[in-house]
Amino acid sequence: MSTLKVDQVSKLFRATSRGGALTPALRKVSFELNQGEVISLIGESGSGKTTIGKVILRLVAPTSGTVTFDDKNISTYSAHGLRDYYRNVQGVFQDPFSSYNPIYRAERVFELLRGVYFHKLSDKEWREKIDAALDAVSLNPGDVLGKYPYQLSGGQQQRLLIARALLLEVKVLVADEIISMLDASTRVDVLNLLVKLKRAGLAILFVTHDLSLGNYVSDRTIILRHGAIVEMGATQKVFGNPQHDYTRMLMTAVPELHKKWKHTPLGAVAVASNGHAVATDVIEASPGGPVAPALAHITLLDELTHTEKVVKRDFRAVLGGTRKVSSKSAVAVSLEPPELHEFEPDHLVAEPE
Amino acid sequence: MSISVENLSVAYRSHRGDVTAVDNVSFTLADGEIMGLAGESGSGKSTLGNALIYLDPRMKQIGGKVMLDGKDLPIADSRAMRSLRMTEVSLVPQYAMSALPPTRKLSKLISDLLKSHGIHNRDEVLAEMKRRIALIGLKDDVLSKYSFELSGGMRQRVTIIMSTLLNPSLLIADEVTSALDVSTQRAVGEMLLEFRDRGFIKSAIAITHDLAILAQIADTITIMYAGRLAEKASTDTIVNEPLHPYTQALIASLPEVGVRYDQGTLTGIPGRPPSLVNPPTGCRFRDRCPFAFAKCAETPPFEEIKPGHQVACWKVTEEVK
Repeated sequence: MSTLKVDQVSKLFRATSRGGALTPALRKVSFELNQGEVISLIGESGSGKTTIGKVILRLVAPTSGTVTFDDKNISTYSAHGLRDYYRNVQGVFQDPFSSYNPIYRAERVFELLRGVYFHKLSDKEWREKIDAALDAVSLNPGDVLGKYPYQLSGGQQQRLLIARALLLEVKVLVADEIISMLDASTRVDVLNLLVKLKRAGLAILFVTHDLSLGNYVSDRTIILRHGAIVEMGATQKVFGNPQHDYTRMLMTAVPELHKKWKHTPLGAVAVASNGHAVATDVIEASPGGPVAPALAHITLLDELTHTEKVVKRDFRAVLGGTRKVSSKSAVAVSLEPPELHEFEPDHLVAEPE
Repeated sequence: MSISVENLSVAYRSHRGDVTAVDNVSFTLADGEIMGLAGESGSGKSTLGNALIYLDPRMKQIGGKVMLDGKDLPIADSRAMRSLRMTEVSLVPQYAMSALPPTRKLSKLISDLLKSHGIHNRDEVLAEMKRRIALIGLKDDVLSKYSFELSGGMRQRVTIIMSTLLNPSLLIADEVTSALDVSTQRAVGEMLLEFRDRGFIKSAIAITHDLAILAQIADTITIMYAGRLAEKASTDTIVNEPLHPYTQALIASLPEVGVRYDQGTLTGIPGRPPSLVNPPTGCRFRDRCPFAFAKCAETPPFEEIKPGHQVACWKVTEEVK
């Protein structure tokens, strides 16, 4: 039984403009992904969900923390070990249209694998293997083999990429927004395919911003906000009884067919004689005391009110406490994430931030 | 009546001959109506939206006419359309998030825009812009920023304010919510409603493939399939009692919050839409339709079967009779 374990992973990105300010993409994220389990990782843009996928696929090295697969830290893999790792863990990404090279036939994504992993197979065995993988994703070989990418629909392209991962008999699939670019009529086929693969024992990390899709396929749910987990647990518990304000806000914002948003008309806006709107700022007063040098103000868009607010972040913890932050504007994150406590068995909720 | 479209057909020129992306489309839009236009990729929904404001050189009108507020809208005459764009008909383009140039501050961009449209009372318009920016909860210093300094949702909202600044009669909003997070989607959707309620826009066509969003903001929904209209009715009717088999399948394929795979499997629609280069005769949904029968070899008319409910399907027409 293989397990993928993400332990206290943080990732800071340094901006190339704005004086090299640091942005915390992940703040001490920990979770486990077991065989035959689908975890949906839900968060808005900038919440760090794609970064987690990339860390797991070793496309991005974490600033701190580890990812272990079958008790082995993935950052220690040599080139050879990495090749074995990719036999077990693969990713499929959002945009199928740019995952293919348009001048080659679509099945080139299979041929490239053959060179690395399956050079010992005879043509016949190889062909059978491809047919089996295509069959698993409900594609008819005659419909897709020999075609160029533009001749395939988005759903077919996406399923072909999943078939590519299946050829390797992967244990873990990182599925990053694989549904969002597909039409409604083909979306469901890909979702149902994930359910089928999960039943066959595949572990899937389903990264999405769409709550209804996440809810449909997953056993467990993780809600991310500003790089930290704010709520996680069994999908029914998280969706059935959301505890964190942010999760609740997301739930009310989801457009549903049979339920209308409650629309409250916006108030009138006072306009001064110079034509400027009279400002009603919502900037939080900074708690007393002088600001420590490694602290800085960063501006966040508040999802609850859609206003910007300036908050302070202390990045020293992640930077190891001693590292100096170069310029005044560069900063800061504590990267201390809000603490999680158990609301009920298999349902963790973070303190409000 | 804000806009009425009669038998409009628009084709793309290609070296394999004309491709009719919008085929014989007729509908009307009442004052204050937000019409949702939904369909799969390639169904012609964006082409229809674009045709009402700008026929690019690849496109040509091959039939039909469009009336806006009782006057003829000369969509094939780009020069005549020029004075109507932004003032009478306005567009929020697909990918509006990348529609703002990165080298101009927004205030400069907007005054350039107003200048090129020959608007003289620019100070007044800018003051109104600031008022609207404050109305939706943004700070007015966004005007002194570059587009890349704004988040996606802010850019999208600023673009909508810009497009509706001169209170157009018709706003075409092409996939305005598609690239946004749920909470921002909601803010943008409610902003459209608010602008309609306040009379900033008289009516709007919201083009999207996301029916759940339309269920929130649209008064009526029109479903398009392979270049033709399949069904138009009030939002409630489309969501709860759709008649066209395509609409029914589309609604059935949407996962709802709270439904899980072990509680009932959703089904997609097998097959894919026909190519528009040589479209099949008769009903274009025929090959994927579970109810297809002999009569479907003829093109079904898009006719009103109940007040305010139009459908193009032989099965439905026969059942009603």
